[in-house]
Amino acid sequence: MIKKHWARRHIEEAFVKGLMIVSFALVAGSLGLILWTVIVRGLPALTWDMVTQSPQGGFYMGKGGGVLNAIIGSLYLAGGGTLIALIVSLPIALYLETYLGNSEWGRFVRLALDVLWGIPSIVYGAFGFAVMIAIGLRASLLAGIIVLSLVELPIMVRAMDEVIRRMPTDLEHAALALGSTKLEVALRVVIRQMLPGIVTAVLLAFGRGIGDAASVLFTAGYTDRIPTSLLRPTASLPLAVFFQLGTPYPEVQKRGYASALILTLIILIISLGSRLISARLNRYTVK
Amino acid sequence: MNGSNQTLTIESRNETEGRQNRPSAASRRGRDRTARKAFLVITLLPLFLIVLMAISLILRTWPILRVHSLAELVFGMTWKPDNGLFGFWPFITGTIWVTVVGVLLAVPACLLVSLYLSEYAHSTTRSIAKPVLDLLAAIPPVVYGVWGLLAIVPFVEKVLAPLSKRWLSSIPIFAVNQPTGFSILSGGIVLAVMIAPLIISVVYEILATVPNDLRHASLAVGATKWQTIRQVVIPQVLPGIVAGVVLGASRALGETIAVLMVVGNVARVPTSIFDPAYPLPALIANNYGDMMSIPLYDAALLGAALVLLIVILIFNIISTLVLQRMLGRKKT
Repeated sequence: MIKKHWARRHIEEAFVKGLMIVSFALVAGSLGLILWTVIVRGLPALTWDMVTQSPQGGFYMGKGGGVLNAIIGSLYLAGGGTLIALIVSLPIALYLETYLGNSEWGRFVRLALDVLWGIPSIVYGAFGFAVMIAIGLRASLLAGIIVLSLVELPIMVRAMDEVIRRMPTDLEHAALALGSTKLEVALRVVIRQMLPGIVTAVLLAFGRGIGDAASVLFTAGYTDRIPTSLLRPTASLPLAVFFQLGTPYPEVQKRGYASALILTLIILIISLGSRLISARLNRYTVK
Repeated sequence: MNGSNQTLTIESRNETEGRQNRPSAASRRGRDRTARKAFLVITLLPLFLIVLMAISLILRTWPILRVHSLAELVFGMTWKPDNGLFGFWPFITGTIWVTVVGVLLAVPACLLVSLYLSEYAHSTTRSIAKPVLDLLAAIPPVVYGVWGLLAIVPFVEKVLAPLSKRWLSSIPIFAVNQPTGFSILSGGIVLAVMIAPLIISVVYEILATVPNDLRHASLAVGATKWQTIRQVVIPQVLPGIVAGVVLGASRALGETIAVLMVVGNVARVPTSIFDPAYPLPALIANNYGDMMSIPLYDAALLGAALVLLIVILIFNIISTLVLQRMLGRKKT
């Protein structure tokens, strides 16, 4: 009787552990499967023309050209959005760390940021669209950049905040004890400690920005030309993928897979880069 | 900013000569006060943004609410913008179906994975898991969509649908009523993978707040690890786990492009997971082009965005509050 009970709970243990490992393999396996699918289907269609040419006449019916317009457009969009988001995020992250800390207000601001993070990009897009109608702005690179910066803002602040909160506060206390004002602590101590966090946050936000389709769909429009002005509409990679897959021509769809591969490669490079850079920069912070 | 840099260089140059150029304590304090105010204003931006978002969407939605009653819009069955008919019911049910299927598929696996990582896994496994999850979270929705289109839709069409036809056809929610794989199930599978990294990392973080003493006490009296997890660890963090799942659900609710590409986009109330559906975000994304040419169409679509915003705000605020409280416990 006792023996049986012993056996049962141990079988249960082994069973659950087995389930856990299977689940883990399932999650890791889906990542592998996604990358594999995109590479296998995208690679055959990935030609030099794809990344060096803009769409030419009849591109969406299978004629020549590439998605350079979308690549450049996406880099502009995500780059601009990240720049604006960085300019706004830095003061917020510094303020959260040096002035608010773990206070009620600090928690309130973090709540707001987390909530913003959770708002889907289609809602950002719809909001951007509503504002654009109100002020009479047309779909343009500028509108896309602004909406993307809003999408990226909470990601960036929270990423910086997470990093800096894991650092010891001794340095800040020491600086305060020597008579520095909080501003001086923020600008000369905290910001240096935050550096690896800033780099990771920037890359994370850039990655999110470049992959985001739903928000730029409304605000940046789509065009076959590389934008020459902030007030012109611009193409973006995710939408390029989406539109090419939407056509009935297999030729074009294949190029859609290749575009998806380009996008995936950019994301892979960004993740790998952020890992390497932050490991390197972490050596220069006090832990 | 520029001014302070200048004083900084002057200060260091004069270090050996004397202190006459060092800014006075009063001016430093003044600058601190100014900076505090400026920072506060910038920090209020996120809050302001949420309010602004809600207000501008409400303003744009207002016209349609004056013509149609709320009940008419929510429970209306026909969607014919040309005739002024805006029945959201097929889209609302479609959203719910896809989200529920995605969450149901994701949750068991996610809980097991986070329990595995926090309670069993070797530190090497953990260091492999982190980049895997980070990368899963970083992959753009449209790439998920491509994957869904190339792998999941055919899989549902060729494997799952015939299986269900053979064994489960008597159960209405598993009935196969259409020949393609563009279905709620495909959307749910793609969503499940998309929200997995979020749920796993939240639950993992929550599990880390359980004091190790509790685990040790339970193990010391002879419980197995699983018994410890089930009877000691999980009861401690149940609200946090629920909050993590709700966060995942709200992420699934708003997912647009990936779902749109695999779910079929047929505006009918679904009855089976093999039926196509037309979730709200897909509706907004697909029709933004015609929005301005048909009266009230823009109000209807921005109203759909407003509904999404409100539901997601509620989900997010509640679950974030729960998580903040639970994670804060660790620090004190």
